[in-house]
Amino acid sequence: MTLLSATALNASLGSRQVLHDVSLSLEARHLVALVGPNGAGKTTLLRALAGLIPSDGEIRIGGDALATLALRERAKRFAYLPQGHMVHWPLPARDIVALGRYPHGATDPARLSPKDIEAVLRAMQAVDVTEFGDRRVTELSGGERSRVALARVLAVEAPVILADEPTASLDPRHQIDVMQKLRNVADTGVLVIVVTHDLGLAARFADHVLVLSEGRLAAQGAPDEALSEAVLASVFRVSAYRAEFQREAVIVPWADV
Amino acid sequence: MSVQDFALAAEVAARRRWSATAALLALVVLLLVLSLGIGPVRLSPLAVIEALFGGGSDVAQVIVREIRLPRTILAFAIGGILGLSGAALQGLLRNPLASPSLFGAPQSAAFGAVLVIALGLADVRSYALPVVAIIAAFGSVFALLAIAGRNAGLLILILAGLAISSFAGAATALVMNLSANPFVVLEIAFWLLGSLEDRSFQHVALALPFIIAGAVILLSQASAFRALTLGEEAAQSLGVDVGRLRLLVIAGVALGVGGAVAVSGTIGFIGLVAPHLMRPLIGHDPARLLVPSALTGSALLLAADIAVRIIPSTSDIKVGVLTSIIGVPFFLYLIMRERRALGGGVA
Repeated sequence: MTLLSATALNASLGSRQVLHDVSLSLEARHLVALVGPNGAGKTTLLRALAGLIPSDGEIRIGGDALATLALRERAKRFAYLPQGHMVHWPLPARDIVALGRYPHGATDPARLSPKDIEAVLRAMQAVDVTEFGDRRVTELSGGERSRVALARVLAVEAPVILADEPTASLDPRHQIDVMQKLRNVADTGVLVIVVTHDLGLAARFADHVLVLSEGRLAAQGAPDEALSEAVLASVFRVSAYRAEFQREAVIVPWADV
Repeated sequence: MSVQDFALAAEVAARRRWSATAALLALVVLLLVLSLGIGPVRLSPLAVIEALFGGGSDVAQVIVREIRLPRTILAFAIGGILGLSGAALQGLLRNPLASPSLFGAPQSAAFGAVLVIALGLADVRSYALPVVAIIAAFGSVFALLAIAGRNAGLLILILAGLAISSFAGAATALVMNLSANPFVVLEIAFWLLGSLEDRSFQHVALALPFIIAGAVILLSQASAFRALTLGEEAAQSLGVDVGRLRLLVIAGVALGVGGAVAVSGTIGFIGLVAPHLMRPLIGHDPARLLVPSALTGSALLLAADIAVRIIPSTSDIKVGVLTSIIGVPFFLYLIMRERRALGGGVA
């Protein structure tokens, strides 16, 4: 069943039109990889879907038009993880995760209801950050910090998670960990949309791939269709080595040098 | 970790913050009493309290309730709003170097006041001065918003604020430059230094409503500052209307600081230093820093205003000069001490 849909979406940054006529329809329980070359409009599409920037066209979430939803209501439906896991003040990791309850009216981490505390603990357990709840996020390693950021997003317990390059600047083990965690979340019934440059991770973990090229959807579908030879050649100007390893798809992009 | 453990950890942290705030409050009360007792006629704290509540000699009552009380109230309120504005702006901009002067409101208020003095419309003790200063502070904020637009980014706001404060400074200099009367120039120069001497209940009545209005606006936005820790985009995705928040903070700062500068002249560095003093005690949560920063601002200005009355000197030391002289090196020290912590998360 469709959870999130967009029809004829157009969006501009300043005077430049970034998204052209994007239409899509996504289901709950799916991990969706949003791929495309730099500047294709991936982040803009993510922001437009969450209603963080104005766009033309209709976005529907769980049967409601996004435009009719108040800011607080949108915040409950979309959990948004921006690029870079930015945290401006050295707060304890637990307080950062607790900010995920902000849309639910729990604006003070020191005064959470038992229900909010449970949600925070669930989120922290899901990504194994419970043990450093007391530590300041600025003192954590990059991998730990990315998991805290992920826990903050999970704590919203929103039906849709939008994650903008959650694996960027992580080592291979942590990249796989983060994708596996998002996969687990999707399996609980959440629609997870992940922007990534890693076609291999997309092929391995995603149910559905959106390929964005110059603001238009160039392809979408199951990983093997959407990341076909023809799409990779025209959109990314690469070919790929394809294989299967431990019954999972492997794609290694290749370009002659 | 269980729900109980979680709640307990939060409670322990909260209790530590409360005791720090309570100690701060006690310090402010102590300084209030000292401030009322110090002057040409020294009164003991007990005599001050007695006079304040209508006891003691008639002379003591006049000194405490009519001469020193307005000055003390102003030091408390102005220090408080400066500390609060500093904490609010640092929260909004996620930058520990932000201060009220960043948006040009104090400089513009000062320009308005200087213009009144130079045109000979009023002396420094009349009503016209604060009124024009508040209007100028408002003008600067409206100009800032007009330049920056409804959804301006941080960089545009900072640049516009810088341009406006530079312009206000240049305009002030021009007024002094063109002023034919050397006595007026001297008066302006002294006024710009910042002082709380000889202020009456008239000044209190004029500044206080604006300071209170500004404080209420800023305090009402506390939790939004906390969400902004994650950056503007993430805060918006959590349900914070960032554009509206920005407008409210600027309006609150303009109201409070405009009203303050109008009766005291420019008093610097309290807004910058107060939140820094509180971070080691309260933590870095920008929402929790607001009230302690306001109390610290009050304590700093009360202490400075007491100091200018005790330091022996041939001519009066202006309190604004003292806060800057002490504030700047202290701020540099804080930056050096916090350098590593700040470098970690604050770009």
